Amino acid sequence: MNVCPKLEVFDNRQRGFDPIRVARIGTFIFWVVDVTGNRGLQPAIAGDINYPEDEGAYASHADGIKTALTVIENLKFWADIHGTSLPDTVLDTFDLADLKNRLGGTLSAGQKRRLGLARLGVIGRKVLFLDEPTVSLDGFSVKLFADWLQNTHLASGGIAVIATHIDLGLDAPELDLSPFRSAPEATGGTDEAFL
Amino acid sequence: MIALLLRDLRLAIRAGGGFGLGLSFFLIVVVLVPFGVGPETELLSRIAPGILWVASLLAALLSLDRIFALDFEDGSLALLATSPLPLEGAAFMKALAHWITTGLPLTIAAPALGFLLSLAPDAYFYLLISLLIGTPALSMIGTFGAALTVGLRRGGLLLSLLVLPLYVPTLIFGAEAARRGSDGLDPSGALVLLGGITAGTFALLPFATAATLRINLR
Repeated sequence: MNVCPKLEVFDNRQRGFDPIRVARIGTFIFWVVDVTGNRGLQPAIAGDINYPEDEGAYASHADGIKTALTVIENLKFWADIHGTSLPDTVLDTFDLADLKNRLGGTLSAGQKRRLGLARLGVIGRKVLFLDEPTVSLDGFSVKLFADWLQNTHLASGGIAVIATHIDLGLDAPELDLSPFRSAPEATGGTDEAFL
Repeated sequence: MIALLLRDLRLAIRAGGGFGLGLSFFLIVVVLVPFGVGPETELLSRIAPGILWVASLLAALLSLDRIFALDFEDGSLALLATSPLPLEGAAFMKALAHWITTGLPLTIAAPALGFLLSLAPDAYFYLLISLLIGTPALSMIGTFGAALTVGLRRGGLLLSLLVLPLYVPTLIFGAEAARRGSDGLDPSGALVLLGGITAGTFALLPFATAATLRINLR
């Protein structure tokens, strides 16, 4: 499909988002993810969000990996649910080929995250909402993921909204949310979202 | 939808799954009852249909909280909710998977255990039929209860309190059908009502379950 989905999430920012929601990056992205990724599980606080139905997917801190299933079974399940087939390249792209018969429960945190991200390569959705996708990935894996985003996902007309603390090296516009950071509480408390 | 069913069955059979949990509980309860009641075959034979029904109901209850809690914890429930699979279909498949791993083995094991309780010879057939018709309702009602308590820590007690009253009609008609069978009466009325309950739960509760999950996933 060559149609590039239209995403208006950020345009809504000027039209009166609840400032508290915008102030916390974590909450904000989670909110965006909930409104958009979950097909209306969460009602929008303000503004409209338009993109083709069933084109969105998200990945947040929970990777949705079944510990009693192998890597390949986990991926195959998501492919079946989304009615796609498992691309031959996806295991190599995310450096999972050697792990494909290992149980999900025996993977390290970084390996689990790679498996969680590989799901995005399997389900073939065009609009991705990613909340800190690089958590627990090493430098090499971050590069693998960035390469996949740039050369496979974005190159085939996809779009991605990513909340991240590190520079993924993507050629993409950035939205700096730090001006909307919530002021520390008067008592000197810290904002949990930034811990 | 079949993919979800197959995954749940595979998970139940693998190490740490729920398969066999309900069945072994059922075995233990039914084996223990004659020790508690004493070796009076006449008494045992009279209470056997009720004991078998109550035991299978409690065995089904045992594994209910696993239906959604594990998927909720590892995040796959939210991912399922955003997948093309309708949540109603997912709820239906979850209930079906629970029945295949709990209700079906119980149904198959019940006649063998009826022997231990000296169940009347005429009752075996109707016990089997009533469990076959009734246990799917237990799984579907339980799936709805599991959806209600999915986000709660230690929701197991609340789940039991919510679900047990809803199990009462199934229990009454199921045990009644088996009892009438053992007394040589016509059990068709109770069986029809039992079938009606099962059909009704499968028609309505997938939608209620999906709506509940949407609220709990907010």
